[in-house]
Amino acid sequence: MSLLSVRDLTVKFAMRDQTVTALNGISFDLAKGERLGIVGESGAGKSITGFSLMNLLSRPGYIDSGQILFEGEDVVQMNDKRLRNLRGNRMAMIFQDPMVTLNPVLTIGQQMIETLMAHRKLSREEARQIAIVKLREVYIPSPEERLEQYPHELSGGMRQRIIIAIALLLDPQLIIADEPTTALDVTIQADIMELMLELCQSNQVGLILITHDLGVVSQMTERTLVMYAGRIIEAGRTREIINDPQHPYTQGLINALPQQTVPGQRLKQIPGNMPGLASIPPGCAFNPRCKYATDLCRARVPEIVQYSEVAVACHEVQRLHSDEDRQEARA
Amino acid sequence: MFAYLAKRVIQAIAVMFVISLIAFAIQGNLGDPLRELVGQSVSEEVRQQLRDELGLNDSFVTQYLRFAGNALQGDLGTSYFFKEPALDVILKKLPATLELVFGATLIIIGFSVPLGVYTAIKPDSILSRIIMGLSIVGISIPVFLTAILMIFVFSVEYGWFPSYGRGDTVHVWGYWQTNFATADGWMHIILPSIALASIMLPLFVRLIRAEMMEVLQSEYVKYAKAKGINPWRIYFVHALKNTLLPVITVGGVQIGTMVAYTILTETVFQWPGMGFMFLEAVNRVDTPLIVAYLIVVGFIFVVTNTIVDLIYGLVNPTVNIARMGA
Repeated sequence: MSLLSVRDLTVKFAMRDQTVTALNGISFDLAKGERLGIVGESGAGKSITGFSLMNLLSRPGYIDSGQILFEGEDVVQMNDKRLRNLRGNRMAMIFQDPMVTLNPVLTIGQQMIETLMAHRKLSREEARQIAIVKLREVYIPSPEERLEQYPHELSGGMRQRIIIAIALLLDPQLIIADEPTTALDVTIQADIMELMLELCQSNQVGLILITHDLGVVSQMTERTLVMYAGRIIEAGRTREIINDPQHPYTQGLINALPQQTVPGQRLKQIPGNMPGLASIPPGCAFNPRCKYATDLCRARVPEIVQYSEVAVACHEVQRLHSDEDRQEARA
Repeated sequence: MFAYLAKRVIQAIAVMFVISLIAFAIQGNLGDPLRELVGQSVSEEVRQQLRDELGLNDSFVTQYLRFAGNALQGDLGTSYFFKEPALDVILKKLPATLELVFGATLIIIGFSVPLGVYTAIKPDSILSRIIMGLSIVGISIPVFLTAILMIFVFSVEYGWFPSYGRGDTVHVWGYWQTNFATADGWMHIILPSIALASIMLPLFVRLIRAEMMEVLQSEYVKYAKAKGINPWRIYFVHALKNTLLPVITVGGVQIGTMVAYTILTETVFQWPGMGFMFLEAVNRVDTPLIVAYLIVVGFIFVVTNTIVDLIYGLVNPTVNIARMGA
């Protein structure tokens, strides 16, 4: 049985004059200890997916329909008490910006100990000892002193390590990391990613890594979902998606990577912008930016179907491939 | 710590200098002091002679320096009406005013925090809407009207509370008499305290609510939820502490302002404090007393603000008092 099974998850936002759909029938599975990447541009619905898994959407967002089965129990149907038992305990989250995630007026120790005591019957001292052990695991020097410090006394990288330690405090089954290194210095990003990979592997923790960085996804994850305008448009093993992307959007993302460009040349951007949630075009949401778009693409939303090694939502995927084959044959 | 304290004290002295300058400048524009000192029958030559003796013909700077020098030694002039040092007159009235402000502060702190937090947590509930509606009414009605209405309802119609004076007071030390030692004293201070709090309390409810709602939207509150923390702990430990930081700063200024508001409340309730005294002094053109009042109120203002800044530094861990001002 998979650890997490999301079925037809639809999330809507009730705005003043209209209701927009932010997630449109998302389905995916995650096995125990598996690492999954979710990639896409800003506004594709990656973070909303992450927050939905914990049922932590704040108004005006809400889960409209669908199921989120975590260890066999539907998160969508859980009452507040069950949700509190889930959050931070069986499923932990790492937020994007460590500079604003920790409470500025509480010490690191208070914020770690309260998390342990919220879920387990422990004395303050026992909780403190666990906190120290976890801080050691994320390579924080002199953890006893850190517990007495306030967040502003620590660097961003140090804070994100502490947030990772907090995520690991109660040995969860799944960690959701929402762009955990975007706000950090480039030199620290690699350290943090390596640390997360190491800890997830050694503790058999499942990971959902939300990012726009395909390079990170290829290092960190076994499977990848590509999202666009609230839908999954391509899903499969990370290696296949990176090496042989099927959807024109995924191809565009990979071609836009600096590694794919000869130095000195302009980066290959995907023309145009992702549509806002209120103005998603009919048919395939990507069609205005897609050079392969046909009348069918402009009329009907493509189903996600298995094609070669991956699942892809594109009407033209076969034609696209035969074109490529012809080009290759000519070359 | 010492450097920070020294810096704050120097600032306070600078503010006091400006206040004294303004107070002194007003003195010259409140009519001829000779008219108050001597009758109409004194001849012009004698008046000139008196002016010279009193130093009223000296330059502004000389007069101010003399005034400031005396003030530093605790001499703010002699009240024309009481024939006593102005400072002594004010200090005798000070305890009554400070107790009134203290009573109002207790009401404000006791009610604004729970009401502000409740209306922030449940912004759509009917009770919240009622509280917010009443707060607008409270802010809009002037203090003297609230005071008169309360006297009419609770003293005249129902007879629950006395309508004027301090009632039974008890000597605590020196000339300090307190209202808080007898039941009668308590009964007398309740209505004036509510009247004095009637504008600040709604203001603070709204301020706390607005700050709290903003804090509840913050990432760290969301993060606390994601850690599975009990909502009460999130409201009162995670959110309230951050909410109160800016409120403390505003609160300090408002306590100072309340000392000034006492003029209206004390007048309506015939409360024998320095606000009531000030109004009488204005009526009698008792210039030294008016000037002394301005300086004492300015001093209270400066002292409360300095204390509040120090408290803020202690409460907020991101302000390092030990390093500040160094």
